[in-house]
Amino acid sequence: MIQSRQLTLRAGARTLVEGLDWQVGAGECWSIIGRNGAGKSTLMRTLAGLRAPDGGAVELDGRPLAAWPLEELARRRAYLAQSRHDAFAYSVLETVLAARHPYHGQRYWDGSDDHAAALQALAAMEVDGLAARDVRTLSGGERQRVAIAALLAQDTPLLLLDEPANALDLAHQVQVMGLLARLCREQDKTVVMIGHDLTLAHGISTHALLLMGDGRWHAGPVADAMRAARLSDYLGHPIETIDHGGRRIFIPLEAHHDRPD
Amino acid sequence: MHPALPRPLQQRAVLIVGALLLAALASLLVAGMTGSIAVAPSDMPAALLQVLRGQSDSMAATLLELRAGRALVAFVTGGALALAGVMMQALLRNPLADPYILGISAGASVGALFALMLMCAAATVDAAALGGAIAVALLLYLFARRDMRGGVAAGGGTSMLLLTGVILSAACTALITLMLSIAPEGRLRTMVFWMIGDLAGAPLRALPWIALGAALAYALRSARAMNVLALHADAAATLGVRVGALRKGLFFVSGVLTASAVTSAGSIGFIGLIVPHACRFAFGPDHRVLIPAAVLGGGSFLVLCDTLARTVVAPTQLPVGAITALIGAPVFLYQLHQLRK
Repeated sequence: MIQSRQLTLRAGARTLVEGLDWQVGAGECWSIIGRNGAGKSTLMRTLAGLRAPDGGAVELDGRPLAAWPLEELARRRAYLAQSRHDAFAYSVLETVLAARHPYHGQRYWDGSDDHAAALQALAAMEVDGLAARDVRTLSGGERQRVAIAALLAQDTPLLLLDEPANALDLAHQVQVMGLLARLCREQDKTVVMIGHDLTLAHGISTHALLLMGDGRWHAGPVADAMRAARLSDYLGHPIETIDHGGRRIFIPLEAHHDRPD
Repeated sequence: MHPALPRPLQQRAVLIVGALLLAALASLLVAGMTGSIAVAPSDMPAALLQVLRGQSDSMAATLLELRAGRALVAFVTGGALALAGVMMQALLRNPLADPYILGISAGASVGALFALMLMCAAATVDAAALGGAIAVALLLYLFARRDMRGGVAAGGGTSMLLLTGVILSAACTALITLMLSIAPEGRLRTMVFWMIGDLAGAPLRALPWIALGAALAYALRSARAMNVLALHADAAATLGVRVGALRKGLFFVSGVLTASAVTSAGSIGFIGLIVPHACRFAFGPDHRVLIPAAVLGGGSFLVLCDTLARTVVAPTQLPVGAITALIGAPVFLYQLHQLRK
């Protein structure tokens, strides 16, 4: 689906990621894990084509990102930004309908197919009751669900999500993660997301990419990549795991405890 | 379809644009009828026919011809300023932006006031205004080019453009103050009127109509993309919008509109801020409806303001810019108050 070759990312003089050779296949669900400032969002923006690589290349379906016409690319991958700022009083429905833009070419008005896709996405995110609301009046969590609904309405095989669980309450975090996992499993969609909840990430991801922030990285299936020792190393904090009812739970040791030796 | 949905947008658009077209015609008729000598409604049909045939024999037809010319200048100026406002607000993603925020009108003022100070002819003043506007636009583009690059290279928002514009505008204002303080006494009144914005003696020309028509065509073609840009800023590229090209287009087209409006009528304030706001407030922020609504609404509003300006203390004529500001400020405050609720 999407792959990087010898990808290097820099922020100012710092090298965040160096020589990243990474392949994401169809139907896989990847979590990107790392400390603040490790380059997760920078990598995501690079994958989305919003930022040029500082070295190496990103390819989608075997074709370099820069060689894709923007509209065609917009029908292949969708991107959820980490935050958004609403300056105008668009309604929830208008916000989601705008995500149908890449399917339009020269059409001026929205068609009934667009309305169907938008309403379906709103229902999937449980925000169909808010369709007529001004987006500026929504709570943070509601706004985030509307943004994800827009992503679903864009209807692309590849979804790039920068902290999709941001501002969501517990129930909706679980619901969104479950939905993303189902999209991968049942519709063969590909998900790459950033998240800070290790337990949740482990529950739904097939793979993980760990970023150290100094150029080092590790990519692989969760069973290998999300081992407690490796996570402790990459996150700079000791982490323990417990297996409970078929799930693996990640527990950060509290600050006043001594490191286990 | 879903029962809770509001009426489909295109149906609403037809109603809105139709109603505003009627309002525009009505405003032109009112402008033609009112003045120091009123034209009776019963004389209007005959007078209109005469004007359209190009032979204005009767008193009513002559008055109508004179007033219609001025009303049409008001309409094209108001429409251009309102459309420029919509585009500038979409470009900067800021509903408080107006066509003058980047200093293009201040540049025009510097050129025009300089020509007025030297007692140049009207055509030279217009040319100097246009020159000033173009000079500021070029400087802006030079300094803030980075903000107008697209997709991959867009480093973020348009803050560089906004800041450069505000600074250039301040520099132009300083030049204006300087010129006002050294101008000969006899020129001051004309210079002040030019700055406030005045339609008396503004000639009816084809160029502003061509500019407005072309800008409207561009804006309608980009209306969808403007929605995406307004919602997503530079991430609009991930929805297939050529962000750089769109930003450049909005910048240049709104610049041309502003220059064209300011050149013929001086810097009339508030239209470019109030009209887009009022239209958004009444019809929603979707640019597919907002753009035609703002052009028609802005045109009609300025026609009515100009009619007031030349009748309210007749025979003295007020500069129309004073009227738009007097109406605009309270309307704007009222809207803000409503929004807070």
